[in-house]
This record gives sequence, C-alpha cells and structure tokens, in this order.
Amino acid sequence: MQNSKFLSALFAAGITFVLACLMIGVKLDTEGTELAVTGATAEQWTWIGLGIGLVFLSQLFSNQIDAFFGKLPKPKLGGLLPEEKKRAALKPWLLAALIVGMLVWPFMVSRGAVDLATLTLIYIMLGLGLNIVVGLAGLLDLGFVAFYAVGAYTYALLSMYFGLSFWMCLPISAGLAALFGFLLGFPVLRLRGDYLAIVTLGFGEIIRILLNNWTELTNGPSGISGIPKPTLFGLEFTRRAKEEGAQTFHDFMGISYSSSYKVIFLYLIAVLLVIFVIYLINRLMRMPIGRAWEALREDEIACRSLGLNRTTIKLSAFTLGASTAGFAGSFFAARQGFISPESFIFIESAIILAIVVLGGMGSQIGVILAAIVMTILPELAREFAEYRMLLFGLLMVVMMRWRPEGLVPMKRPHLELKS
Amino acid sequence: MLRIENVNTHYGPIQALHDVSIEVKQGEIVTLIGANGAGKTTLMMTICGDPQATTGSVQFDGEEISNLQTASIMQKGLAIVPEGRRVFSGMTVEENLAMGGYFRTKAEAAETMEHVLELFPRLRERFSQRAGTMSGGEQQMLAIGRAMMSRPRMILLDEPSLGLAPIIIQQIFEIIQKLRDEGVTIFLVEQNANQALRIADRGYVLEHGHVVLEGSGQDLLTNEDVQKAYLGG
Repeated sequence: MQNSKFLSALFAAGITFVLACLMIGVKLDTEGTELAVTGATAEQWTWIGLGIGLVFLSQLFSNQIDAFFGKLPKPKLGGLLPEEKKRAALKPWLLAALIVGMLVWPFMVSRGAVDLATLTLIYIMLGLGLNIVVGLAGLLDLGFVAFYAVGAYTYALLSMYFGLSFWMCLPISAGLAALFGFLLGFPVLRLRGDYLAIVTLGFGEIIRILLNNWTELTNGPSGISGIPKPTLFGLEFTRRAKEEGAQTFHDFMGISYSSSYKVIFLYLIAVLLVIFVIYLINRLMRMPIGRAWEALREDEIACRSLGLNRTTIKLSAFTLGASTAGFAGSFFAARQGFISPESFIFIESAIILAIVVLGGMGSQIGVILAAIVMTILPELAREFAEYRMLLFGLLMVVMMRWRPEGLVPMKRPHLELKS
Repeated sequence: MLRIENVNTHYGPIQALHDVSIEVKQGEIVTLIGANGAGKTTLMMTICGDPQATTGSVQFDGEEISNLQTASIMQKGLAIVPEGRRVFSGMTVEENLAMGGYFRTKAEAAETMEHVLELFPRLRERFSQRAGTMSGGEQQMLAIGRAMMSRPRMILLDEPSLGLAPIIIQQIFEIIQKLRDEGVTIFLVEQNANQALRIADRGYVLEHGHVVLEGSGQDLLTNEDVQKAYLGG
C-alpha cells in the first residue's frame, strides 16, 4: 500500500516535471530572424522545484491530507437561510430587488463593466438554452454553437440585404434557428449518447465551414460588418442619425450625446431577453412537457410504455434549445456589429457545455452562476496572459474533484424525516 | 378484448415467435408462463408494437393494432407495466404518477391519482419521496399505479414478481385481483407459474416461441407436464 502510494507520488511528480519544463522551463524567443531557445532563470527553476516537491508530498500524504480536511468543521450554510415559509414569502421581494438592481446598476459603473455584463448575459442565454437539451432532456449536443451562428447570421444577412430592423429579426432568428434544430433533430434523434454527440459536433462544423465558404452570400472569412445596433422605438443611439428623418436618442431626450448610452441600452435589452428566456423555460418546465423531458432522460422505455412519443419530446427540447441560441445569436450580432465564422468555432460549444456541466445539469441558477464565473474569470485572469487556459483547466479539474454535480445541483423535492 | 392470431415476430433473421395465437376476454385474468427465452417478453412487446409482428394480426377491441406506432397503441386504453418496474427513479411518486396521466386533463388525472392512492396506501405515505429510494415492492406498486393513471381497460403486466420477497409477491397478486374486480382486464406474464396460475382464469404455456398448452388456470396447475417443467412437481 505504502509502496504503491510512493510510486504514484513519484509518477505525479514526474509528470509535473515534464509539463513544467515544457511550459515554463523553455522559452522560444525571436532573435533577429532566428528562433532561440532560452532556459528559465535560476529563480524560476527554484519555483518549479518547489512545485514538484509540493505535488510529490501532497500525493504521498494524500490520505492524511484528506483526513485533515475531513475533520475541519464544515460551515453550516443551511442554518444561515431563513426557514422554508419565510423564504417562500421573501422570494418575490428578492427577485424584484434583483431585477431593479440589475436595471439600476449599469448607470453607476464603468462602460467596460457594463459591456462585460452584456457578454455574460449572452452566455447565460446560451447556457439556459443548452441546459434544456443537455441538462433536462439528456441529449449531448456538441454543436450548439451552430444555432448561435444561425441566429447571428440571420440578423446580419437580413439587415444587410433587406434592411430589416433588429426587433423584426429577433423572432425570425429564433424561428430560423429552431427550424435548423428541427431539421437536424429529425434524422439524428434516434441516435443516443456518443453517436448523437458526434453528429451534432459535425453539424456545428458544417455550419461554420458553410459560412466560411459561401462567400457570395456571407462574405466568407472576412465576415459581415456594420450590422446596425438596435433602436428604441426608432430612436438611434448614434451621434448623428444615419437616415434623413430619423431621430437620435439624445436629441429626443434633449441631453448631450454619450457613447455609454448605447452600451447601457444594449445591456438593458440583454437583461430583458434573459428574463424573458428564464420565464419561458420556467413555465415550460412546470408544464407536462418539461416533466416529460426529464422522464425521457431517466428511462426511455418507461416513457414509451406510457404512450409518450419520444421523437416529439426530444424534438421539442432540441428545437427550443436551438431557438434560445438563435435569440442569443441575433443579439450577439447586434452588439458586436461585426460577425465572422471565427466567432462560432468549436471552443464556443465547449464553453457553453462547460457552463452547463459546471453549473449543475438541469439547474437554472447553477447555469446562471456558472456563466458568470466562466465569462468574468477569464477577464479577471487577464494578467496571467498565456496561463489563462491553464487556470481554466485547473478550475475544471478542481470542480470535478469536489463538486462533480455542479455548483448548484438540480434540486429535486425530497422528503425530510421528522423525528 | 385482445386477440392475437398467428403472430410471427422476428429479430432480424431470428424468429422469436411462431404462429402464436392468444385471446384475452373482457374481465379475465389470463396468464402466460414459460421459461427464460421462451418469448414471453417478446410477445408483450409485439403487442406494444416494438418490434412489430412480421405476420399475423393483433386486435384490441376489434381494432387492428399490429401496424400502429407504440405511442398510439399505448393511448388506446391499453397500459403496460414493463419488466423490471422502470419507475423514474429521480422523480417523486407524485411526478411518476403524473407522467402516467400525461394525456389526460388535470382534473381527470387528479381524480385517478386519488383512486390509485386509495388502492395503494403505501404510495400516499411516500407521496413526495423519490421513487429510486423506495423498496422493490413499493416501486412495483408505483409502476402498477402509474399504468393505472391512464385509466386503461386492459393492463399488461410483465413479471411483476421479479426480484421481490414472497410476502410482497403475495401483496402484488392480491392487488392484481383487486384490479380485475374493478373491471380491468389483465394479461399477466410470469415465471412464478404457481401463483400466477392460481389467480388466472385461463393460461397459456409458451415454449421456444410456440404456444404448447392452453387451458384454465386450474387445469394447467394440475397438468403433469406443467408441474414437471414449471412447478417443480
């Protein structure tokens, strides 16, 4: 026992050594026209040595360390929360306070923060959409970004060719993404698990490659720029109205122009969209169809024995998830003002999936929290530059080790024994 | 009520059922016994349309159902309690029952749920407990209750005694008789031949995909071949 422990500790230390040498120990620099390899400084080597030692020791004494942490008293978070009844009474007030807070907050902070919050809200929308497909219906979709792309390009192309406005395109984008979800879902939903994952992965790539190569329609890799921003009942947020007769927001209100109005306006739209999506999904989850999604995830045969049509149920989940992504996509295009196939690569799908898994499959609050963590953390970790992805990976490993069910696991009603 | 005539069923090239003919009349308990691999579950699944019969006819209430989709067959007043119970383990008893009444209006479902809870007081005790945390017998009750939720005229039961303690099996069989008294026709597939034949009006013996014997429950119980093969006599 002790021996195998020692071996595994040695192995872990060895892996750390190899990785650290490759990533920190050796650096490539350009000297004139040539690449030169420079070794790490003595100080860096000391740190690497210390790190390896730490890994070795923590592996060797992992049992003792686990026992030590096990003994530490766990904070009783349950006691901090008010009682069930009080909580139920407080809930609407808390919700109202949260919404008001979200609406007031942008007027007090910097432009950058509001912009970041808008991005977070987009990911929340995407996470909520994928949560229906993966978390509730249990269909592993690795190409979710395709629907996001469909939504974004729908708005971009419609506004470029036909001059349709954002508000008009929003439902069209959702509808078109839903249609794509339906078309993809129809043939592939008889597949299960890994097979479904591979097909959806392929679909995601097909859409991206199509956008890349259909140059006449989509401008290919150079993307579409100058996508108009949303307007408020026809009021534009630019310094001067683009068209004759159109009015700008600051003229109408009689205030001086500031570019932050636009950012705040976009943020507010995002807030409204997210609230709408949350409301819609919540309603659906309480309806029989929501329960059917979960039932199908749990036991397909039992579902069929009850006369449920699995294709319809899976398709509805798939289509609904896709339309949410289409929603997010068209908003993304409007916010960004520029889109190209580069924005819809596989890593985006992976991030959205990570949000769902990290948050706890099926749990809406978890997904929202995870979306916040996953978008804000990379921003905060900006100073670490190239080690950002490393930190990201570390976070994933730590999560899977200590909270495999996600940040906020999906809550199921349970009976409490009263003595 | 259910009439199966000369049904042949194949899994790919393998024929699992050979010219099987079985009839279940209104208000009867009919049981089908047979060894492992005889085709009992295949027959059940053929009735439900997955796999569909290659040839022959399956009629429910005089209507041909052998070429319908599973989902539409199960909405015709026929319900099945699948082998191995298959309750939704992560959902509560209430949610499981609600799933059974998926195609009915809220009021109808609520009424039937009350009725099911009267039939199974144990389920009322466990109303908001997760199904996966209950004992095997309770789960079997839940599976039967869930099937009842669609107010079927006929219930197919696939090995309801599987993996249960003798005393629980006794209870399950009592429940089956109670269901019959309420006017539900029952088609019971069992390995537990002794008890199944005792409550059955009529029975069929299936061997290697052929019906080799049929008769009243009492006749089959006393039949020498049946005793040798299934009752350890």
